[in-house]
Parts: sequence; C-alpha cells; structure tokens
Amino acid sequence: MILLSSPHQHSGNSIQLTMFTVIIALIPAAMVSVYLYGWLAFLLLTMCIGASMLTEYVCLHLMKRDIKRLWDGSAALTGLLLALTLPAAVPWWMALFASVFAIVLGKQLYGGLGYNLFNPALSARVVLLISFPLQMTSWMIPMHAGATLDMYDFGTSLQFFFFGPDAVKQTWDAVTMASPLGYLKTELGQGVTVSQALSDYHYSTFYAFIGREAGSLGEGSALALLFGGVYLLARKTISWHIPITYIATVAALAWVFNLINPDVYAPAMFHVLAGGLILCAFFMATDPVSSPSSAIGKIAFGFGCGLLTWVIRTFGNYPEGAMFAVILMNCMVPLIDYYIRPRVYGYFRKRAKA
Amino acid sequence: MFNLLHTIKHALHLTPQSHAFRGGVHLSEFKRTATKASEQCPMPRVLMYPVKQHIGQACEPLVKVGDRVLRGQKIGKSQGYVSVPIHASTSGIVTKIENHIIPHPSGMGLPTIFVEPDGLDEVDESLIPLPNYRSLSPVELRERVRIAGIAGLGGAVFPTFIKLLKDKLHSIETVILNGIECEPWLTNDHQLMLEKSHQIITGLDIVMHMVGAQSAIVAIEDNTMDAAFVMQNAVEDMKLSQVIKVEVLPTIYPQGGEKQLIQALTGKEVPAGRLPIHIGVLSTNVGTAKAIHDAVCLGEAMTERLVTVSGDALPSPKNMFVRFGTPVCFVLEQCGLDSCDDVNIIHGGPMMGEILRPTDIPVVKASNGLLAMKKATVMASHHEEEPCIRCGDCSDACPAGLMPNLLAMHCKEEQFERAENYQLFDCIECGACSYVCPSHIPLVHYFRFGKGQVAKIRREKVFAEESRQRSESRDLRLRKEQEEKEEKRRIAQEKKEARAAALAAQAAAATDVADEALTETVSEKPAPTPKAES
Amino acid sequence: MHILLSLSVFSGFALLVGIGLAFASRYFHVEGDPLADKIDALLPQTQCGQCGYPGCRPYANAVAALEVDVNHCVPGGERTMLQIADMMGVEPKAIEAEETAPVVAFIREDECIGCTLCIKACPVDCIIGAPKQYHTIITDHCTGCTLCLEPCPVDCIDMLEVPETLEKWAWPVPGTERAKVGVERKHQHEGIDV
Repeated sequence: MILLSSPHQHSGNSIQLTMFTVIIALIPAAMVSVYLYGWLAFLLLTMCIGASMLTEYVCLHLMKRDIKRLWDGSAALTGLLLALTLPAAVPWWMALFASVFAIVLGKQLYGGLGYNLFNPALSARVVLLISFPLQMTSWMIPMHAGATLDMYDFGTSLQFFFFGPDAVKQTWDAVTMASPLGYLKTELGQGVTVSQALSDYHYSTFYAFIGREAGSLGEGSALALLFGGVYLLARKTISWHIPITYIATVAALAWVFNLINPDVYAPAMFHVLAGGLILCAFFMATDPVSSPSSAIGKIAFGFGCGLLTWVIRTFGNYPEGAMFAVILMNCMVPLIDYYIRPRVYGYFRKRAKA
Repeated sequence: MFNLLHTIKHALHLTPQSHAFRGGVHLSEFKRTATKASEQCPMPRVLMYPVKQHIGQACEPLVKVGDRVLRGQKIGKSQGYVSVPIHASTSGIVTKIENHIIPHPSGMGLPTIFVEPDGLDEVDESLIPLPNYRSLSPVELRERVRIAGIAGLGGAVFPTFIKLLKDKLHSIETVILNGIECEPWLTNDHQLMLEKSHQIITGLDIVMHMVGAQSAIVAIEDNTMDAAFVMQNAVEDMKLSQVIKVEVLPTIYPQGGEKQLIQALTGKEVPAGRLPIHIGVLSTNVGTAKAIHDAVCLGEAMTERLVTVSGDALPSPKNMFVRFGTPVCFVLEQCGLDSCDDVNIIHGGPMMGEILRPTDIPVVKASNGLLAMKKATVMASHHEEEPCIRCGDCSDACPAGLMPNLLAMHCKEEQFERAENYQLFDCIECGACSYVCPSHIPLVHYFRFGKGQVAKIRREKVFAEESRQRSESRDLRLRKEQEEKEEKRRIAQEKKEARAAALAAQAAAATDVADEALTETVSEKPAPTPKAES
Repeated sequence: MHILLSLSVFSGFALLVGIGLAFASRYFHVEGDPLADKIDALLPQTQCGQCGYPGCRPYANAVAALEVDVNHCVPGGERTMLQIADMMGVEPKAIEAEETAPVVAFIREDECIGCTLCIKACPVDCIIGAPKQYHTIITDHCTGCTLCLEPCPVDCIDMLEVPETLEKWAWPVPGTERAKVGVERKHQHEGIDV
C-alpha cells in the first residue's frame, strides 16, 4: 500500500490516447497519399511504421526499459509522420535508415519519450535531405496530375521501391518533377517573375488545396491535413496557439512582402498551401515533447517557426524551410520555457491593477 | 451574431468570461447525492474529539476521565491566538483521554477525548441567544464566534473569528459567500443552501454587520441553479436584495478556491503574500455562515455539520448531519456499507481530500465529505507514472499560472532552489494538473514533497545558525575565562615574584643592615595588590 | 610587410584586451565573503567533531584551505557535501559513514550524579545543571553531537531519535510505502515523550 496524495480522480487522458488521436488525425492525409501515389505510398508508409516500431522494440529491449512502452503509439506515430514527409520516390533503404535514425538518435539516445530535444521524425528527415539531396528533392509525379506512367500498379511499385527506376526501365527524370516551391526558387533565380513562374508551372491554388501538386506524401492535400488538424483541436489534443500563430506569421509576412514587390515575393496563399507548412504547423511543431509547455511560450514558438520558415523559403538555399524552422525552434524551447513563463497569480507586472 | 462570436472566443480561450481566473478544468461530477434531503446521523457508541480540529494551536483538554459533559459544553480550551475551543457534541461521560489517530495523511495521532453518550443529549445552555445582533458590537459578536468554536467549513478550517475583524486600515467592501462546491461527489453545501437558506443569509448579514461591509455576493455555479433560486428568494424574503446579490458563475474547477473565486467575481487578484482583506474582500463558506447564525441567534456551539456520504462503493449515499467525533466507519455503515475493509475511504473530496487507512477516525470540523470508493476506481486514477511528454496540459489547467511539469521535475530531482524559483509556494494544491496529466505524474504529490523538504531545509538553516551562535558565544566565554584565569595567574605570579624579591632584598639586607633597619622594611611592605576584577 | 601588419594587429589587440582585463579586475573586484565563511554557512553546526576537527568552523577553514576532502561532514549528509563540492569546484565524494536519523541526547535523571562533566563538554551550552544537582538537556537546542556521552562517568545519557511531530511531518517522495511511513513513525513515537 503506497501513500497516495490527492487528487484521487483522473481525466482518463493518457499518452496512448494522445498518440492514437494524432494517428487518427493523420489518416485522411495518409489516404490522400495513397490516392496520389498508389502502392508506392502504401509501401513507404508500411516500411517507416514497421521499421520504427521494430527499432523501438529493439531499443527498449537493449536499454532494459518496459516493453509495454512500445504500445504507447509514439513509435508508430514517428514512423507515420516520417513517411508523410518523404517524397514517394525514395528507395526502401533510405526509409529504413531514416526510421532507425529517428528512433535511435532522435529519441532513445536522449533518454526515450519525453526527453528528446528535436522532433524525431523531422530530425531524421533533415538528415536525409542533407545526405541525399537528389532523391529527397525528386518529387514523384502524382497519379492524377496528368501523369501517364504505368508504374503505379503493385508489381511495378514493388520493383521501383526496392530496386530503383532502372528495374522498371525508367529514369529519375521521367518519373519525377519539381515541386511548386522548388520550381519557383529556380525560376526566381533566373530572374523570372513570380506570376510568370507560377503560370509556367500550371500552379493552381485550388489543386494545391485539395491535393494534386507534387510534394512529400503528406503534403499533397491541405484539405486532408486541415481535417486532421481541426479534429485534434476539437479533441483538445493540441492547442490552437502553435498552428495558428505559425500559419498566420507566414501568411502575414508573405502578404506584406507580396504587396511591396509582387514580382519577387510569392503571395500569401501560395506560401500557406505549398510545401509542408500545414503538415508542420499542425503535426510537427505541435509535438508536445519538443514544443514549449505554456500557452504564451507556444505563441512565441509558433511565431518563431513562421518567421524562420518564410525567411528560409525566401532567402535561403533550400526551397522549403518549414522543417528547418521547426528544428531550429526546437533548440530554442528550453530558453522559451525558462524566460517566457505565464504570469503567476498574485504577481503583477509593472503596470499593476489598482 | 455577437453570441456566436462570443462562443467562438470562449472555445478558443480568448476571453472566456468578463473576468475568469486562468486555467481550471471541467471535472466529471458524480454528484450522486444532489438534492437528497439531509438526514440526521444516529448516535454512535463512542464519540472522539481530537484536541485540534482547525489550523493553528491545539486545545488543552478541560475535562477529566469520568466527568459528565453536555452537548455544546466546552471540553477543550483554546491555546494562543490562532485557535478555537472544541465542544462535546452530545451529553455523556468522558471515558478516556489518549492519543488517537486523526484524519491526516501522516496517519499520526493527537490527544483525543473519548465520550460515551448517555442518550439524553442534554444541551449546555450557557451561551445566550443573541437574535438582535444588529444592536450588538462587533467585538461581542466576534467573541461569540470564537467561543462557539467556528472554523471555516470549506475545508481549510481556519479559525473564523480572526477574519471577522473591522480593520480601519483595510475596510472590507464586499463579503463573498462561497456557495461553490467544485469538488466532485460533494453536495453538502448545495443541500445546505436548499434547506437552510434563511439561516445562511442571516449568518451572512451578521458577518456584514461585524466587518461593516456594504455589499455581499452569493456565488453559485450554474450546476446548482436550484440553490441560486432558493438563495435569491431568501434574500428577497429578508429584504436584503439591495445589498446582497446572487451571482451565477459557469462551472469550472477550482472556482471554489478563495483566490480564484475572488478573481472570478471581482476581477481582482489577491497580491502574493497578502490576504483577501487587503483588497477589501472577505469570503466565507455557506456552512460557516450557517454556523455563525446558529452561534449568534440560537446560542449553539458548533457540534455537528452536514457531510456528504457518498462514493461508488456505497449502496445508499446520503447527505447527513453528523456530530463531530462520530467514527467514520459508523457513518458509512448508516449508508449501507457492510465492511470498511474492501474500500478506500476518502476524507473530503477526491480532488483535495486524503485517503484514510484505519476507519475508527472521527468526523472533524474539516470533514465535508466521506467517500467510500472501490479500490479499483482509486487505483485507476493513480496509474503508474510515465515519462512527461511536456504537453503543457498541466500548465493550461493551473489556476495559479505555474508550470507544473517543470516544477515537478525540479522537486523530483531535489533541486529545491530551482523549484522555488518556479514559484513552488504559490501552488494551491488544487490537483487540476494531476487530473489532466496524460502521463499520470503525481504532480501535487511532488509539490507537497518539495514544500515539505524546503520547509525542513529552512528549519535546519535556522537551527544551524542558532547552534553556530551558541557555539561561538561558548567559545568566546571559554576564551574569556581562560584569559581571566591567565590574568589571575599572571597577577599571582607577579605577587609571588614581588614577595620573592622582597624576601631576597630582606635576606640581602639582613646580612649587612642592622636589626632596626630590618623591622622598618617589613613594615613598609607594599599593600596587597587589589584582586583582579571578577 | 604582411607579417609586420599581422603582428602589429595582434599585438595591438592583445594590448587592448590586456588593458581591458586589468581595468575589469580593478573595477569589478568584489570583496566577497572568504570561502571559509561560505562553507561554514553550509555546515549544520552540530559541532560534533565527526570530521576530525574540533567543530564546524575549523573544518570549514580546513576545506577552504584544501587540506581535507569535502566528504567528512556526517550530519550534513549528502546534500551538504554536494553543496560544498559545488562551491569548491571539486568532484563530489561519497560520505563513508552512514546517514542516520537525527538524534538528541537525553539524561536519565535518576542516575545522574551531578558531576557537570557533560555540561563542560557540550559545544552549544544546552545542558543545564549545577554540581551535585541533576542535569538536563534543552532538547530544542541539542544538535545530537554525542560529545557529552564520553565524559559521563555513569553512562546516564542516551541518544534518542527526534520524534516526528504533526507540525513537522512532511510528505515523503511519491511512491513511498504507507507502511514504511507508519513504521518509522511508530519507532519514533517510542522515543522520548513530547
């Protein structure tokens, strides 16, 4: 019999419940990815989730931790998130490497769930991008974006996934295309205006919203992601602070600069819908472990993410800055938690109430 | 349209209400005994009165074994300022006075007076009813409140008379009557408002008269609307609606907390380290107000209270008037519980109460609820601790604006200075953080541990400082004694040398000076040196 | 030419930094507490001599002078040791003696012969008595140093554990067995009466 302190009642919330709620919220996005990339997406998802869970099991076993932790869903969620940030064309070994990296270096070596500084899935994704820039910026042409590739059936996908384009008598260039962000970056570099570049790309805001533009598995459809995001907000699994401030900051910056010079700075709507912004805002930046604890800290965090995302996209070398922004802001979390604290009851700032 | 906007704002926590306190949680209420008419608990075979049932100094027993006591007779004399006397709750014989366990998490005991009831229930009528209290001075009424043994019945059991002070420096503008029962399961305050609304409002009126307040607010949550109507009717009946206002607040835990309620009603915060009186507010619980009415208008000392006896293991939960001193197990048996062994008994509400182990513990002034819970229910809420995922739910729920996860981490690592830096002592232990924690971290337990350790370290520091001073003054004294001794020795030595020199001179003189000269020298010997000042 | 330039730049820089440092050391000089005072403030002041020094202050002096390790204060326990090690900037070392519950001395008065030897031994002056009279100990001031045990010719002094009172009770760390709390308490209650 252990001496127990009050309260003797509990809300019934648990880590498992939180993780599975996020997994459920990601199901629409995963379904869209399968719709866009067929069996390839399915293979990638299976690979990442399976490898993550297996690695987690091995780690827990080696580190003599409770095996039950495997079922808290955090490893499966990491795998799922990782898969959704990868391009459909990555080979199996890269997916495997990223999964192992995410679990071992991204999480377990820090001390397991709750101790990691960075979002495991994002850190693995960044490592892949830096190590294998070609594969990580080759975006598969989506099935329904006018592609006439006959490689989306199961057999071909399997061969492509495990043996690369040569096995199905294709070349990288034939099956992949640039993402809107990447195309814009290249064209801007050659002095083309924003509107010209976007019309050359046949960019459509509507398609970007419901999901037809090339990109990572999960970036396809803003609609599906918003669906999941709103579900998370409604279930109070995440609070509105990070996603709203994040997206609003990007939109506001893009809007102001687009007003100043529409030829060089892309419009707000484009920034919000293109790339992984919505995925990062709702599912990556809100990772509880690597984001601040207090509401006011979350607002600061969201603002920082938004600022960095826009700055990297506009002035950086990489076309996409969302994940770098989140990773960089992850470093700031201990500082934010230390310096930005909620005001404690009964303590007033200088302008005290009478 | 405006309503819609308001709803959206509310959902986003932008502006929840005009002035709500921050944080808070919505609890599952389980109010099984809501609107169940109160019953009188039968007389047990023995009643037990611990000498301390309030915050402050313990009482000194006034009776001896074998004495006969009456209901309302003072059996414990208060010691010191922060103390109120205790009274027998029925007539009977004192059988023994010995250490007995009290409702406290430590499981420790206090000297306890055991009374065996004689069944006559004779009342001690030494307190005269004072029904026209308006004509009496606050000082007289204050003494009556103290003599009647009234301590805050909301749970803190702070001696009430101390608060009822007309202070020229801090005049009280508003008296808040706390009719908010935010603990799950408990319904005793709700039921008391339904049944004794007039007495409660009279008690409130007495308090207002005593502190010279011009207005009062009766605060009630919207889950007990019927009580709000009853109280409003009582206020109108007594023609006090000019000064007493009934306000209904949206239900949220811990709104019944004094500081949170003051913030919700007035928008003002009690500054850190100060009291509600410093912002012109006094708050009192409905049960306390009724007890003040009984003490003043009926001349009755506080000998019983309304207790919610409930819990998921109890066949027939009830609201019962229970005499102080009644054993907890006896009360539960009245509600159909066969054996107290297979249940966990919670004293108070589930959010802030403690689990009692032995069951022959008496009901005391703080006992607002007795819950017999199935062991599985309690264990489910004390799930094994998992790692913190830093979700921040605790921080969102905290009504004091703390960051419980970081605070608990510092307490766990025994970095108490850091914990104090994170405002450990502003925690009100409401339990909202532990309630929402997905990792089932016993946050409140860590804070209590931390607070205890910090208090211990502070005590040790003070003690070490005292010891150091004592040791230093001892060293100083020893050194002084040593010096004095040496001084004495030196003087003695000098004297000895002087004498020796004199003798030597004598001897020398004896050899070549005449006998007459010798006698002269002896008579001229210097007077004895004065003794060293001692 | 280039070499000359770089040499002059770096020597100029070094000079500048040197002057800055010199000024800093003069103007930001703090007349801090001597180290021994700070260490003395951390010690529990039991004056027990278990460290091998005659009291807390001499031990603090010795630690400050690096004559002795930081782990010799037994009553201070691990926390004091860690604090001292932190202040001295040295590696913490485990304390060899086992940490014991706090104790106070208690004189069995019917056996006391009134020799005043314990009074002389007490480092904090908390024993009262006169020659040929019973002595007694002011429990509230006793540091539990045990220095009075040895001089007593009739062995009438006991060291008793300090009883835990309701006011001083503190919550144990989460996960503590309730039974253990109870046993400790019972054990302590059997000591002296309060």
